Amino acid sequence: MKDSCARELKFRDPGRAAALAAKLQRTVSETGRSPVSVMHVCGSHEQAIARYGLRSAFPKDLHVIMGPGCPVCITDQPEVDEAIALARQGVRIATYGDMLRVPGTSASLADVQAEGARVDVVYSVTQALDLARASSEPVVFFATGFETTAVATAAAVLGDPPANFFVLSAHKYIPPVMEIVSEMPDSRVEGFLAAGHAATITGWGVFESFVARHDVPVVVAGFEPLDILAALVRLVELVRDGKRTVENLFPRCVTREGNVAAQQQLWKVFRPIGGRWRGIAHVPNGNLRLRDGWARVDARSNFTIDLAAVWDGAPSLLSQQCVCGDIMAGVKSPIDCRLFANECLPENPIGACMVSTEGTCRIWHEYNVSGQRAEIGARR
Amino acid sequence: MTTLAQARVAMKHGAGGRSMRKLIERVFLAGATGVAADMDDGAAIRVGDQWLIVTTDSHVIQPIVFPGGDIGRLSVAGTVNDLAMMGATEPLGLTCGIVLEEGFAIDDLERIQASIRATCADAATSIVAGDTKVMRRGEVDGVVINTSGVALTRRVVRDRGLQPGDAVIVTGTVGDHGMAVMAVRHEFQFGESLTSDVAPLNGLIRAALAAGGDGITAMKDPTRGGVASALHEMADKAGVSILLREEAIPVRATVRAAAELLGIDPLFIANEGKALIGVRPGQAEGVLTALHMHPLGRDAAVIGTCLAESPGSIVLDTGFGQRLLSEPDGELLPRIC
Amino acid sequence: MCLGVPGRVVEVHDNEAVVDFFGVSRRVRLELVDQPVQPGDYILNHVGYAIRRIPEDDIEGTLKMYEELLREAAEDDLMAGDVRGEVEATREG
Repeated sequence: MKDSCARELKFRDPGRAAALAAKLQRTVSETGRSPVSVMHVCGSHEQAIARYGLRSAFPKDLHVIMGPGCPVCITDQPEVDEAIALARQGVRIATYGDMLRVPGTSASLADVQAEGARVDVVYSVTQALDLARASSEPVVFFATGFETTAVATAAAVLGDPPANFFVLSAHKYIPPVMEIVSEMPDSRVEGFLAAGHAATITGWGVFESFVARHDVPVVVAGFEPLDILAALVRLVELVRDGKRTVENLFPRCVTREGNVAAQQQLWKVFRPIGGRWRGIAHVPNGNLRLRDGWARVDARSNFTIDLAAVWDGAPSLLSQQCVCGDIMAGVKSPIDCRLFANECLPENPIGACMVSTEGTCRIWHEYNVSGQRAEIGARR
Repeated sequence: MTTLAQARVAMKHGAGGRSMRKLIERVFLAGATGVAADMDDGAAIRVGDQWLIVTTDSHVIQPIVFPGGDIGRLSVAGTVNDLAMMGATEPLGLTCGIVLEEGFAIDDLERIQASIRATCADAATSIVAGDTKVMRRGEVDGVVINTSGVALTRRVVRDRGLQPGDAVIVTGTVGDHGMAVMAVRHEFQFGESLTSDVAPLNGLIRAALAAGGDGITAMKDPTRGGVASALHEMADKAGVSILLREEAIPVRATVRAAAELLGIDPLFIANEGKALIGVRPGQAEGVLTALHMHPLGRDAAVIGTCLAESPGSIVLDTGFGQRLLSEPDGELLPRIC
Repeated sequence: MCLGVPGRVVEVHDNEAVVDFFGVSRRVRLELVDQPVQPGDYILNHVGYAIRRIPEDDIEGTLKMYEELLREAAEDDLMAGDVRGEVEATREG
């Protein structure tokens, strides 16, 4: 029983997937519209879609747009610059791997690492805590990611961290950006897939006022191929029937209230403030900063961060032509960008969408090089 | 437009992927002609009616001891395998140059030596020349070993020889070595059974060549950068595309689980005891049977087919759909989001 | 938001659990999970913290939900009949 449970946890049965894909095709046709556009706001959804090749299984009339859900992509240049400045000032930085190569205004953490600065890649804040405990020097944890990741940082802060451990918070909060995207004049999005893991923390209740205000359905989705296909089927059904509701298709992990204990820890440590999301401009309440009571661990309160030293070069002309913002808002595609697959490549990224393994441009480059879709050989 | 990163060598330049290739092309091959310009696993030089295969490799792995092997075994196997990938399965001999950091434990050195001797015995070869240097504490990280090898062969197998219609065979499970090393680095504890596959393959390849003969069109060992990197190089050089079936690719359950935990694709992870073999369709079954009969080839499988369309593309059929398999670039970094 | 991976709890020590992810063990922190966790439970891990205990019966529930989605097609829909047949055929797996 345990073994079959383990398999079921994976939800990767190709037979069921094919059936759901067929149902999705029928449901899209039943809307009587072409295309039907829906948006997801989670880098991991895009990653799962790309990894399993699901786009080649989606109906041609269904546009599944990736919105601003890649936390790496929306971390603004000045925020990256803060980490770089500290690194150049000789402070040891611990960062999640995804952020290592994101360009700030003129350099990335990988660049300063090559210059000799101490930058450690960690996959958990607990590793950064370990680094601090093993050292007498300050360790600054560059805290990036959405609320699902921010709760871990909160737990670390609440857990009596060593005196030489600091947090430079660039965490983000997703629900406000869905509002922004819905209010954009060019927006054609008719429904949203909500990120299952973030909703594990926040609960699906947070979307109820959103659907009421913006007249679009929201379906909470998991990350296995069956989860994604099933959620899309349900979302398109809701679009077809004109139903403006929230539905939870990830009940094994998400409830209406969410994880209240984690929420309490999150809001004890962080407060939401407005801030710039890279390429999206101002998002009210979209950034998470440490509350004043936690100044002891706040890197911004303990270090003078010399940003002027980082801005010794003007942003390159190329970066000014980057349209990642429009891509993340779903109003442009990578192939609309002059730089895509020319000057902007995974090994030489101009914008964050190309840096992150979940960035739209990076994913498009990987599976849609030169505009060809990857469908060769005999289809099964 | 030169970015800051390109003015200095970065870790990605050693990782076996796109950046390393670009560095080699730009710095080392500028103006190069002849044999080295092929950038194959080894150099092939005509000597009489045979070919002399020459290869060299430097090993800087940390930690120097890992589940399933150590830097000594790796140093020998790596070079023996490069020779084997060119079709030269009987090495004439290896050289071994060691650079040691002051303070390196003699016990560790003896352990490395014992591994070198044992692995040479596995490969039916020996170290015929060597060199030893010591650098001051802090000037080098522990130990660096360079090995080079020479062998004769009547027929050279190039990594550029794939043809449309060829079957692509992998000789066993993928991702074992890199995952074992990462597990030690990331301190996976309790009950892990991740071991490196490091092994000399010349015996296995000899069996494959005996069974497949001229039907074997190309070979390459998927070391740094994994199967993805090696297949990209093979497809690029041959001007074919490769359609892979994901469910056919042998991966140990523990490697799959560990890779998923870290958000890394097993196809990007280094192998040190596996080979990729391109075979004409008529001979694929025979080669597979020969591989299965050898202890190092029990999990060998046909994982894909070569096609003429979209040259250079590697396409993965996931069972749910198709997608392009990208060429890995830079160090493998654990992903959070 | 990302990379939440499910695993089975093997041991629990204070605020830390040893969790098995299909043969690979990892230590996972328990400060964030809102229910008590015991050996044998399944949890969702994200960046080294358990963020949810996954109740076993919820798995069956999710699969039933998928079946419902497929079954909602009309009785006389031949295509639905075909794909139902496919699903039945793969149920052995």
